Amino acid sequence: MTDPPPTSPSLPLSSDTGGRSREAAVRVMNLTKEYPGGIRALEGVSFDLPRGELTSIIGPSGCGKTTTLKIMAGLVEATAGDVLVDGSPVRGPGPDRAFVFQDFALMPWATVLRNAAFGLELRGVAKREREAVAREYIAKVNLSGFEDAYPHQLSGGMRQRVGLARALAVDADILLMDEPFASVDEQIRRKFQEDLLNLLSDEKKTVVFVTHSIEEAVYVSDQIVILTRGPAQVSKVVRPGIDRDSDSQSIRRDPAYLDWVERIWDELRDYLEG
Amino acid sequence: MVARIQSRSGRISGHPWLLRGLSILLVLALWEWAGTIPVSIAFPKFSETIVAFVEMLGDGTFVAAYSETIPPLVVGVLLTGIGGILAGIAMGLSPKAQWLGLPLFIVLQASPSAAIVPLITFIYGIGFAAKVFAVVLLSAPVIVLNSYRGISNAPRSLLEMSEAFLASRWQRIWKIVLPAGSGLIFAGLRLGLAQGFTGAVLAELIITPTGVGDLITFYRSTADYAYMFASILSIILLASVSVSLLQNLEKRIFRPEMRPA
Amino acid sequence: MTIRGYRIPMAFSLLVWCALWEVVGRLDLVSLIPPFTEVLGAAFEVIPSESFAEAATITFQAFGIGMALALVVGIGVGIAMGRIPAVGHLMGMWVNIFESSPLTAIVPALMALLGFGLPTMVVTVFLFSVWVIALDTQVGVERVNPSLVEMGRSFGASNRDLYSKIVILAALPELLAGIRLGLIRGLKGVIIGQLLIAVVGMGYLFELYSRNFLMPEFWALLIVVFAFAFVASEAVAYFERKVSFYATSR
Repeated sequence: MTDPPPTSPSLPLSSDTGGRSREAAVRVMNLTKEYPGGIRALEGVSFDLPRGELTSIIGPSGCGKTTTLKIMAGLVEATAGDVLVDGSPVRGPGPDRAFVFQDFALMPWATVLRNAAFGLELRGVAKREREAVAREYIAKVNLSGFEDAYPHQLSGGMRQRVGLARALAVDADILLMDEPFASVDEQIRRKFQEDLLNLLSDEKKTVVFVTHSIEEAVYVSDQIVILTRGPAQVSKVVRPGIDRDSDSQSIRRDPAYLDWVERIWDELRDYLEG
Repeated sequence: MVARIQSRSGRISGHPWLLRGLSILLVLALWEWAGTIPVSIAFPKFSETIVAFVEMLGDGTFVAAYSETIPPLVVGVLLTGIGGILAGIAMGLSPKAQWLGLPLFIVLQASPSAAIVPLITFIYGIGFAAKVFAVVLLSAPVIVLNSYRGISNAPRSLLEMSEAFLASRWQRIWKIVLPAGSGLIFAGLRLGLAQGFTGAVLAELIITPTGVGDLITFYRSTADYAYMFASILSIILLASVSVSLLQNLEKRIFRPEMRPA
Repeated sequence: MTIRGYRIPMAFSLLVWCALWEVVGRLDLVSLIPPFTEVLGAAFEVIPSESFAEAATITFQAFGIGMALALVVGIGVGIAMGRIPAVGHLMGMWVNIFESSPLTAIVPALMALLGFGLPTMVVTVFLFSVWVIALDTQVGVERVNPSLVEMGRSFGASNRDLYSKIVILAALPELLAGIRLGLIRGLKGVIIGQLLIAVVGMGYLFELYSRNFLMPEFWALLIVVFAFAFVASEAVAYFERKVSFYATSR
């Protein structure tokens, strides 16, 4: 039912595990990133994102997870290597990818509605249409009623939901999330993880999720990419294969789930102490 | 000792308006007392000053004087406001403009440009234009620099967000940089107005004896000190009131919660 | 700004402006503006002259005494306003009113009260600069993290220690900003005071040169004064930058 951690550093383009072949929506190929001053954040990072699945990237603090994500988003340029989305190399931000920011990045002078519709506004979508779409997604993230509120009136969790609504509203195939729940209460965080999975089950997107919580990664992901400490490389790519049919409480107590968390923790511990 | 004072004033400090009223009364009482001693022949009592004030208000002296002081002030501040904000925005958006303009305006802001005021008469004579120039000279640097700072300090997080959602350069400027900087730009206008008042008064005291500056100089020469103080009081009041009106407006439009972090 | 890959520091743009000045002067576009080189030449004559030394002495005297007073009173009042809310409300109104008023209007009154000499100039400098020093000190002190003060108290700090070792240092960034602005305003005050008094100091020299249309000398003097203002303000700004490393994480 669950896969043992593979020993090879990356997943093949299509795998026969369980008989399902997975097509890569995004291929990260040998990413290297060096900053002026000689600091190497990434050293040949490679992995694939199977279409329609949620992949987490985890690793020690400061190891380059966010850098990788931002290169994929086209916000940062790689020193070497490529990211292919549906076969075409990434050369900057594009309508096929949407980003959710760790610090929410909401415009404090704009209402929730305008913030959620902002991606569409930048594309020139007419006001009535974009507000209708934004309202739809505001409802999907359970913020109905707050359309006319301002960010400073919302809690951290609510603000992040606005950021999520904004990213979903532009209907990109690929969703990039940078530690989206890091600034959210621990108690709310678990609920958010569940809500996110529910939301994504309707949306059919390919999602990349940067986090430093192992529990979170194992809970939400179909695939986990583990990075080493900087200059980062891919240490392992694993597929926990948690059965999510049962309710969340049982999942979090399922021995297989706990097992995976321990195994990944062990993996990372070497880097923390090494 | 600090702790004791704090606990005693705890009750009073909860009523700021009471305190302010008390403080005004205190100062006025002190003024009256100082004028009565007298501190100097040239120091009128508060009561005398008020009488003179009301008289000048009633017989149109103030109206006549301010009809000469206010127009060049308004024109000057409008000119610097529009020109200065545009210049500051240009400097914020264009590295070349920044390179050319920033050192110049930083030097100008630190310097006592008032020294140039006497020269103004050589080009602009002693009329309206001279006063406008004095206002512009003194208010320009602060308006330009504040606009520049407002534009150049747009929060990186929001800029990155707009890039991620495919904003064009123009969209970025119009929808993120300008709204984010509008608070500082408005603050610059407020500071520019305060400096503009100084420019107008200086021009009237040094180069062109008109308006309220002339009132002050005239009454000093005739030793009518109550009238002189009343004229000074009038311009101080006018400046304070207009600047604080702008400040209240600023607080209401650019509420702190709505400013980028 | 870069030309062919060489980065030119921003300060050099002032040289560009000086070159423009030279051109405008040579072309005699404005009678008031002589070529920059002539101004520089005049500077070498003005600075060593006796009248300049006299003017500079009295200017610095007035500026020095006035600023010293303004610093002592301004910082003291600012700390009181910041730590004691009642004082803050009581004095705050006046400080705010005067901070944005055309204090120039008060100078004639000072002249009537104190005459045409040093006392008037000292008071002018004091009045021009004290408000902004008090205001910025107040802001800095108000922003001091209460935890820092509690921490000091919990380790048994005396009031004196509390203020000198914690409060002032924590408020230093704003304090320095206020001092820099106060310096600039104080200098404006001494010049304006002298322009109005007209018979002493730099103001007298400016009057003299402009009345006799000695333009190169006028601009030379102006540049000297401007240079002094800039250097003084940058000196404080240097210290501001040195402490800015902790400004954001207090």
